Amino acid sequence: MRYMPHTAEERQEMLVKIGVSSVDDLFADIPQEARLDGLLDLPLHESEMTVERNFRTLAAKNLSPYMTPCFLGAGAYQHHVPSVADHIIQRSEFLTSYTPYQPEISQGTLQALFEFQTQVAMITGMEVANASMYDGATSCAEAVLMACRVTRRKKAVVSGNLHPHYRDVTRTTLQFTEFETKNLPPVLEGNEDFDEHIGSDIACVVVQNPDFFGRVQDFTALADKCHEAGALLIVVVNEVVSLGAIIPPGDMGADIVAGEGQSIGVPLSFGGPYVGLLATRQKFVRQMPGRLCGQTVDQDGKRGFVLTLSTREQHIRREKATSNICTNAGLCSLTFTIHMSLLGETGFAKLAKLNHSQAVTLAEKLEAIDGIEIVNDTFFNEFTVRLSGDASSIVEKLAAKDILGGVPVSRLIPDNPDMSDLLLVAATETCSLSDMDQFVAALKEVL
Amino acid sequence: MLNNKGRPTQPAAVDSTDPQMETFTGNKGLELESPLIFEQGVPGRIGVDMAEPETVKSRLGGLDRKDPIGMPDLSEPQVLRHFVRLSRQNYAIDSGFYPLGSCTMKHNPRINEKVARLVGLGDLHPMQPTSTVQGALEIIDSLAHWLKTITGMPAVAMSPAAGAHGELCGVMAIRAAHEARGEARTRILVPESAHGTNPATAALCGYKVEAVPARKDGRMDLDAFAAKLGPDVAGVMLTNPNTCGLFETDVKKIADLVHEAGGYFYCDGANLNAILGRVRPGDLGVDAMHINLHKTFSTPHGGGGPGSGPVVLSDALAPFAPVPFVTRGKEGFDLVEQTEGAAQQSFGRMKGFHGQMGMFIRALAYMQSHGADGLRQIAEDAVLNANYVRVGLQDKLHSPFPGICMHEALFDDSTLKGTGVTTLDLAKAMIDEGYHPMTMYFPLVVHGAMLIEPTESESRQTLDLFIGAMSHLLEKAKAGEADDFLTAPHFAPRRRLDETGAARNPVLRWTAPENSDKEGTALSAAS
Amino acid sequence: MSYRYTEDHEWVLLEDDVATIGISDYAQGQLGDVVYVEVPEVGSDISKGDELAVVESVKAASEVYSPVSGEVIEVNEDLDGSPTLVNEAPLEGGWFAKVKVTDSTEIDDLMDEETYKSYVEGLDE
Repeated sequence: MRYMPHTAEERQEMLVKIGVSSVDDLFADIPQEARLDGLLDLPLHESEMTVERNFRTLAAKNLSPYMTPCFLGAGAYQHHVPSVADHIIQRSEFLTSYTPYQPEISQGTLQALFEFQTQVAMITGMEVANASMYDGATSCAEAVLMACRVTRRKKAVVSGNLHPHYRDVTRTTLQFTEFETKNLPPVLEGNEDFDEHIGSDIACVVVQNPDFFGRVQDFTALADKCHEAGALLIVVVNEVVSLGAIIPPGDMGADIVAGEGQSIGVPLSFGGPYVGLLATRQKFVRQMPGRLCGQTVDQDGKRGFVLTLSTREQHIRREKATSNICTNAGLCSLTFTIHMSLLGETGFAKLAKLNHSQAVTLAEKLEAIDGIEIVNDTFFNEFTVRLSGDASSIVEKLAAKDILGGVPVSRLIPDNPDMSDLLLVAATETCSLSDMDQFVAALKEVL
Repeated sequence: MLNNKGRPTQPAAVDSTDPQMETFTGNKGLELESPLIFEQGVPGRIGVDMAEPETVKSRLGGLDRKDPIGMPDLSEPQVLRHFVRLSRQNYAIDSGFYPLGSCTMKHNPRINEKVARLVGLGDLHPMQPTSTVQGALEIIDSLAHWLKTITGMPAVAMSPAAGAHGELCGVMAIRAAHEARGEARTRILVPESAHGTNPATAALCGYKVEAVPARKDGRMDLDAFAAKLGPDVAGVMLTNPNTCGLFETDVKKIADLVHEAGGYFYCDGANLNAILGRVRPGDLGVDAMHINLHKTFSTPHGGGGPGSGPVVLSDALAPFAPVPFVTRGKEGFDLVEQTEGAAQQSFGRMKGFHGQMGMFIRALAYMQSHGADGLRQIAEDAVLNANYVRVGLQDKLHSPFPGICMHEALFDDSTLKGTGVTTLDLAKAMIDEGYHPMTMYFPLVVHGAMLIEPTESESRQTLDLFIGAMSHLLEKAKAGEADDFLTAPHFAPRRRLDETGAARNPVLRWTAPENSDKEGTALSAAS
Repeated sequence: MSYRYTEDHEWVLLEDDVATIGISDYAQGQLGDVVYVEVPEVGSDISKGDELAVVESVKAASEVYSPVSGEVIEVNEDLDGSPTLVNEAPLEGGWFAKVKVTDSTEIDDLMDEETYKSYVEGLDE
């Protein structure tokens, strides 16, 4: 077995040194009746070549979005990942290190986390950010828990236009706590009315921008209303590239931003691992969940970085911790940081502009087709269209033509008959004009 | 003719200069510093080329960003060099021995990285029609089969994103099961030695956490446990092998007792590596157990994540598993994504989309590489190595719980008493010897704890050298040479850092200096 | 009017019906460098034995329990910017909160300075 160094002779010599006669003696504490004598009913070990072949065979059974026109979004977006980003995260020193508990020999990870926190705070328009959460949906749930702690209130009002997975994860996470969520129904036309729901017992209102249907909105007035009632405004961002083009949540008055960072540097990978973003105001920092990296100096006065404010966390506070989270999204936050560094101020704004122009171009092409109506008045790189038939079956027909033509809303909101003909369509920098034209031609055939 | 041209080929015969000599750049040969990325930019540079955006009629509704963000502009080689320099300030399992107890720092095979990036796997979108991702669903189904077979459990929830997230999944399933029976139980029993995530998770599920003391031999006190059981106890959360590196010999009695009391048995699977192929948790009466794919099955730790924490479930808890899950029918694989129909009793959803697919691929590749025979060998070699270290150090360090251990060896700091050297100082001196320190001050039940987990990846030669180095350090400490310890590490990129200052005045991000001289900072960053 | 101590190392100083509460010099020494103190809200009602504050060092968080019952009427705002006061002057500038007590006899059970001193000496052995 190529991964294990001992020879049979070495094992024997080591057993002698330990003072036992066989390896079974080392497992003597396991109750006799539960011990396995033979091997598990699983295949035997395989060579690297065979393993690679197995996975190539499995990969060939899938339709790769790289190889085909793809207009899928709904919370995960196809973007180009620069090769530098994927190269760096495969460096042994980043790939095979643990959580930076020994700061003297972990400055690489720590400085990168500090840069990540800074980038996330900057793009969201907030003061501070943590060192990442599992993904956008879990970050949203943690943001709601945090708002309940900050306000010492127990109810969260959740927009009907929040991504349904975020809504479900938040409800699930809170279901056995003393906190509760009020989920509002989706609103396709006009603005959601939160006024009647905001009161002195509300901890927070959760909205998404751009929302699940792709609409871009100004939440400044809502933030003011929340603050008047002593509640916090949580803004969810699940297409983080949009922050290069639109007013950031911090400038609208958001108190917590919960985001999905996948679009910057993280491959789609069938839904995970991704990287959850969580940013807030400095005054709430002690109520934040997750790891935080802080700047300090070493004995010689050199700048260095450490994990800090750990007393919030489970390994010290145990049942009184701000969250049970331990693992973060380490490598995904690193690839985010590298990609964002490559983009810089200029590149991030340009990427956002390019995404928007791609989506506008596609929208204009789709609007010209009979039987298709664009539902949104505003959008960034994703919008909702109403088709003249059931969106799921149209998507299947497109897939049969090797076109990944959007996400049927009914896959995420299944119980609403008014939405069965709605399709979410996204266009990023990865879509070529020829992709769009193939999509348009195929749609005309299947509609 | 004599030819003495060219470079000198012998070092000059003068005494060497001070190794702590300061340099102009702050670099020291191969030790290269890199300022913060924000201190290196020059506006107008770019590290990603892309098409010029078409001029279109904006549909942003007038909400265009007005203020600059303040990020630096850099070229690709600058960014590459910055992160390469940062990487070199990290210790890693690939570069040295990393015996961090409870963390299972084992070899991370590169084939796993390769297959996770294949076209048709790494680039799949989670919302593709299931007809276009049959290979992906087959991977999830196949990994589920391996996990169920290894643990002897009938069901598995794949979506939890990490160990603590898996705990949350398991305890939520327990609570949902009790509620489905109309029972409102309020307490969860957790041994004192447990990971902090256990009580934090139980609290998040609305349970009151009650600690169960340990016996003198490091196992949970069965009598104390039995005395705390009652009709209001929802279950027990037990790590096995436990955080002292010991197998809970009474595990079956514990399972029977908690079941008799109407509760469930949650097993923290952090230490599964020690028992792979030697015992199946399902045969010990476990109802739920998370599996850290990033520990046992080598998906890389990546400086703290991402992880993946599937949870195997007993028949009693399986109906309450979270969505989504993969089903297999006549037309191939499908996904159940809503809590209805087959998932009617599901307690909900834990995560966006379908779970940590990138980690699933790596873990399955690792399992296929090992097979049933290799998995058993992992446990045997991991336990062999831990006992080899334990015996190798038994004359130098004190074991609070003597005797055979599982995958990790636990020592306390009684040997250091009176030397002026603490566990922390010893750890920092290990850095100078080229090791990543062991886990310190955990578990909390042992004073100045040192928890050493060598894993199956290490050769006998590595272990012998480590035992030698530790023995040397301990002799040095006892000989009264405390100063070298108190000032350690001497050979790391940084000396000890001021953690008190960091916590008193948290600086959690970079901010642009007022009146910043952009060119000045850029110049000092040029290197 | 003198300092009284609990076995958990809180001190209380009663002036009329107002009790000032902090932690002892011994306690601050055991905790090490204090980095943060979470104080209660002014106006909150507290019972004897309730959690009054949390003192944090880099590696630990310790609950401070109220030795008296009553209403919190003032908290030490200076601790927010200078938690180090707890280390430097635990009995003076490092106080946590003032409580208007409902039952001034509650402190009768507590140790006086001498008793506490010998109590602490006993712990060190």
